[in-house]
Amino acid sequence: MDGLLGIPPAALIGQLMVGLINGAFYALMSLGLSIIFGLLRVVNFAHGAQYMLGAFVTWGLLEYLGIGYWGAIVIAPLVVAAFGLLFERWMLRRLYTLDHVYALLLTFGVALLMEGAFRLQFGVSGQPYPNPLSGGLDVGVTFLPMYRVWVIVAALAVCMGTWFFIEKTKLGAYLRAANENAPLVRTFGINVPRMLMLTYGLGVGLAGLSGVMAAPIYQVSPLMGSNLIIVVFAVVVIGGMGSILGSIVTGFGLGAIEGLTKIFYPDGAGVVIFVVMILVLAVRPHGLFGRAY
Amino acid sequence: MDALHRRTNIALLAAALAALAIAPFAVYPMFLMKLMCFALLAASVNLLVGYVGLLSFGHAMFYGTAGYVTAHAVKVWGWDGMAGILAGVATAALVGLVTGLLAIRRQGIYFSMITLAFAQLVYFIALRMPFTGGEDGIQEIPRPMVLGLFSLQNTLVLYYFVAALIVFGFWLIYRVVHSPFGQILRAIRDNEPRAQSLGYRVNRYKLLAFVLSAGLAGLAGSLKVLVFQLASLTDVHWATSGEALLICIVGGMHTLLGPVVGSIVIVSMENYLASFAEWVLIIQGVVFVLVVMLFRKGIVGQFHSYLATRRQRRAAAS
Repeated sequence: MDGLLGIPPAALIGQLMVGLINGAFYALMSLGLSIIFGLLRVVNFAHGAQYMLGAFVTWGLLEYLGIGYWGAIVIAPLVVAAFGLLFERWMLRRLYTLDHVYALLLTFGVALLMEGAFRLQFGVSGQPYPNPLSGGLDVGVTFLPMYRVWVIVAALAVCMGTWFFIEKTKLGAYLRAANENAPLVRTFGINVPRMLMLTYGLGVGLAGLSGVMAAPIYQVSPLMGSNLIIVVFAVVVIGGMGSILGSIVTGFGLGAIEGLTKIFYPDGAGVVIFVVMILVLAVRPHGLFGRAY
Repeated sequence: MDALHRRTNIALLAAALAALAIAPFAVYPMFLMKLMCFALLAASVNLLVGYVGLLSFGHAMFYGTAGYVTAHAVKVWGWDGMAGILAGVATAALVGLVTGLLAIRRQGIYFSMITLAFAQLVYFIALRMPFTGGEDGIQEIPRPMVLGLFSLQNTLVLYYFVAALIVFGFWLIYRVVHSPFGQILRAIRDNEPRAQSLGYRVNRYKLLAFVLSAGLAGLAGSLKVLVFQLASLTDVHWATSGEALLICIVGGMHTLLGPVVGSIVIVSMENYLASFAEWVLIIQGVVFVLVVMLFRKGIVGQFHSYLATRRQRRAAAS
């Protein structure tokens, strides 16, 4: 078999794999953004910085405390989420009654502040992180590194778990109800402000978790957040922030498209997601899974 | 209230013009020109966010694109300065038309994300296109003749030329904001469905404002390139868009002179910290947080409301 259009199947699967890895991060990040936006009506510009924080906490745990990847995957998201909870409680909460512009600008400011602080401390060159899962899977045509398989499977599992939590559990039902009509939910004696805070913490925790999973693949660098967040915004515009399953499908789908573009037209790989965004805006302005609002 | 606003605005404007004329004898002209370019860039962003309610996160694409086009026209094609600037502005307006057509299909926060994504696309294109010089940018751009009349070699001539065009840009914004068109823009900002139900084609007004704003940002970019003789990737980077927003919000988002005051504060700060890139980011972030949390009206906005309350108090006393 010569593969597709003269491309050897090993290269095809390899790039598809790289694409799906990127897609896993797009999905996790846009999922967090969607959850936050759905309830708080805030676009969390600091999402990229919080992802970077997750990666740095992972790196720091190993560097200073000797806690490895499997400890970090539990601790780092909690640390990042705790940061998010405090930020929501002390700052973001005061802006809910104002124009949405202010919350966007506040989170942008926090993103700049965090990126600057980490650059000051660690410089712009990345810190390497050891691969916690060596070895790989031999699938006949090619060899799949174990850690990459783990990232894709774990991201899918976390996405599905989040979907299950929001759509099928009682707390998730409260969240959705508060999304529809917060004052009514409050009259039932449910503490909506606390739910908003926990929602923000959950979304930010997902960003932190993405950061942990990214640490062994990409360099842990202060710039990793701002590079990713803009692409994730485009992903969110394409998918629409209306549905959770939509974020997951769009995230993985766009990752795969990006990976395949790298084979057939390498120069276009950096821009293909933006081109898809233009096409979607032209044909379906509300996004593939979005609702008009 | 409105008359008061106008009177203070005119007084401030006259003072600003006088200061502009004598400033190059007191302050380093290159710094002043940088300040003016950023003020116009911020004013173009402010025209959208302050008067139409559209928060653009991508004005660097107009600023940078116009800069590249002007630089190329002047350096490679040897065009006249004015023609180079016009080419830059026209290209920026065209980019504004294309991106605007798509961006205004979505509202609110989506608009911000779309403009940011477009700006990133332009950044990638600028990185790859041969004529932009990639990482090096376009360097050593000659200072051209203007309309065959005078050369921009002399710094003082350059200064007054740039100042004249910047003042023209601000005058244009002033005219737009205080025109029936500007009133409709504000109506759209305050209540879009109502403006629509009154029979206004909301999207056309938004698009026109967007293209106008893109053109003005382009003018700022073209002038910046002539001043510094350099067009680089920094000009199209998202950080430049963020800086323009920072200037807006520090100066005051719904005011005409806010971008000028904001530019003085922010550009001075950055000049002072020029050798500490990380500190610039940190302080920008802190300023964003402080302004959003504590004084959302910005410096000029606070000044306006101070004047208004003082006047009310006087009226109550008499």
